[in-house]
Amino acid sequence: MTLNTNLKNILLVIFTTLILSACSTAKKSGDIEGDVYTGKETVEFLAAGVPDRVFFATNKSSLTTASRATLRKQATYLRKNKNLSVTIEGHADERGTREYNLALGERRANAARDYLMTYGISGKRISVISYGKEKPVNPKSSPLSWSQNRRSVTVKVN
Amino acid sequence: MKKFFYFIFINILLLNSSNALIEIDITRGNLDPLPIAVSPLHVDIKSEKFKDLKVKNLGEDISKIIEQNFRNTGLFNPLKKDAFVQKPDIAHLKPRFEDWRLIKAQALVTGKLLIKDEKLKVEFRLWDLAAAQEMTALAFTTTPSNWRRVAHIISDKIYERLTGEEGYFDTRIIYVAESGPKNQRIKKLAIMDQDGFNTKYLTLGNELVLTPRFNPTNQMVTYMSYFRNMPRVYLLDIETGTQEVVGNFPGMTFAPRFSPDGKKIIMSFAKDGNSDIYTMDLESRIVERISDHSSIDTSPSFSPDGKFIAFNSDRSGLQQIYVMRSDGSNVKRITFGKGIYGTPVWSPRGDLIAFTKMHKGKFFIGVMRTDGTGERLLTENYYQEAPSWSPNGRVLVFYRETKAGEKGKGFSAKLWSIDITGYNERRLSTKTDASDPSWSSLLSK
Repeated sequence: MTLNTNLKNILLVIFTTLILSACSTAKKSGDIEGDVYTGKETVEFLAAGVPDRVFFATNKSSLTTASRATLRKQATYLRKNKNLSVTIEGHADERGTREYNLALGERRANAARDYLMTYGISGKRISVISYGKEKPVNPKSSPLSWSQNRRSVTVKVN
Repeated sequence: MKKFFYFIFINILLLNSSNALIEIDITRGNLDPLPIAVSPLHVDIKSEKFKDLKVKNLGEDISKIIEQNFRNTGLFNPLKKDAFVQKPDIAHLKPRFEDWRLIKAQALVTGKLLIKDEKLKVEFRLWDLAAAQEMTALAFTTTPSNWRRVAHIISDKIYERLTGEEGYFDTRIIYVAESGPKNQRIKKLAIMDQDGFNTKYLTLGNELVLTPRFNPTNQMVTYMSYFRNMPRVYLLDIETGTQEVVGNFPGMTFAPRFSPDGKKIIMSFAKDGNSDIYTMDLESRIVERISDHSSIDTSPSFSPDGKFIAFNSDRSGLQQIYVMRSDGSNVKRITFGKGIYGTPVWSPRGDLIAFTKMHKGKFFIGVMRTDGTGERLLTENYYQEAPSWSPNGRVLVFYRETKAGEKGKGFSAKLWSIDITGYNERRLSTKTDASDPSWSSLLSK
């Protein structure tokens, strides 16, 4: 009896460890949560601790929690540097028609712009431009590079 | 561009449209292509020199272009010349029909040419070999440097006579020529004859250019350019090279196309992240807003009668195709199949809409009736989009991209065409990688 329960417990422990490790490796190797890139590979910085870009899910322009945090850092940085203007470049991955992607890139750039504006940055300091799928940061055809390409990038103008 | 686009049809010898026996079934594609013999055109020995033209070979060269055009349709089977049984000049006077029938030809093309006083005079005849009679004949005069177009015009006349439909050989294709690595592509506007010859570049590649489209009534082109990093729709006259920005919009304009009468440009304008459809009248410069919706509305295309507009919108969540009246009223969704749909393009015949469909990670080019019924997927691939119609509504040209490996290795973009029957898929030859093709109307109409 006791032997049997012991065996059960051991098996359970082994099982749980297996599941947990499977989870953690999946997260780490992909750097994608849901459909959105969460890694650091392509990210550049406007200043120390201020990432220049946020990432989007396929066909979507809504901001994730992580994206909002990044944009708040950008807003803080822009509030400190009052003379700075930026352009937000909107991009799409290659798995869509060219014209729709131009519109989608525009929408993504504007989502980022709107969020900066709600944090007190004047719209006059932020211009937007969409490049659709024309300027991939990662040219490989893979889910990982597509997720890196679905982005809006804040670029200093002056 | 050049002043040589004058053509004088001096002499229509005979247009015998009755009791012809040859018929091509064009509804089935290339199952049973018609065997046709294209004799080299006889070169008159009185022909004079003209610049660096190889006058002696001209008759042979013209016949080869005609053969290539016919082969590309998938509807004809041009027979090998070494089996030909009569000299070109004699066959042109009157073929020995029974001899040509022996090599299994059903139709025969003969002709002759003469270059004199810097003019090229050409005549050709099409013979029905079974009925032992002439079907059509035509003679015309042009400048000798136009000799490739002569071959295309002859091809068009024969195609018309044998299929009952307008031809599409004396046409050009404008497209975006691509070079360089995938993440630093250099893109230029380029134009070529439909058979891939006479490529000319219309921009230098200093700025990104996209989606050129022909005016269906003349040789004007509308396209999108990132000139001065401001993405806008432009109008380009390819004869003179002059160009101008279309309208005075405070943001990105894109996805331009002409109205069927060539007098308006329809396009998308993006404002505060939202894209809607607008038209601009090229003469009065009046801008009209056609769609007004918080979703993305883009890729508009007029019906050939100008009464309707097909476009794609994600107002239902994902991209689908919609049709509305040309004033923007009466919007109806027409695609309900599995997958998402884009780039609707109305056939010049008016009966079909070509589109791109994305489903389960694959891209399809297809056609459907204008109410969305009768969907037929013509071709499936890793990535392809942007169909454009041949002027007779019989063939679609589109572009296809390959999957790229690490650092973009193995990536390519090419132009392809396919018959609306789903047969005869083939790659168009281009000097560089290519995308965004648009087919012109017939030049000699």
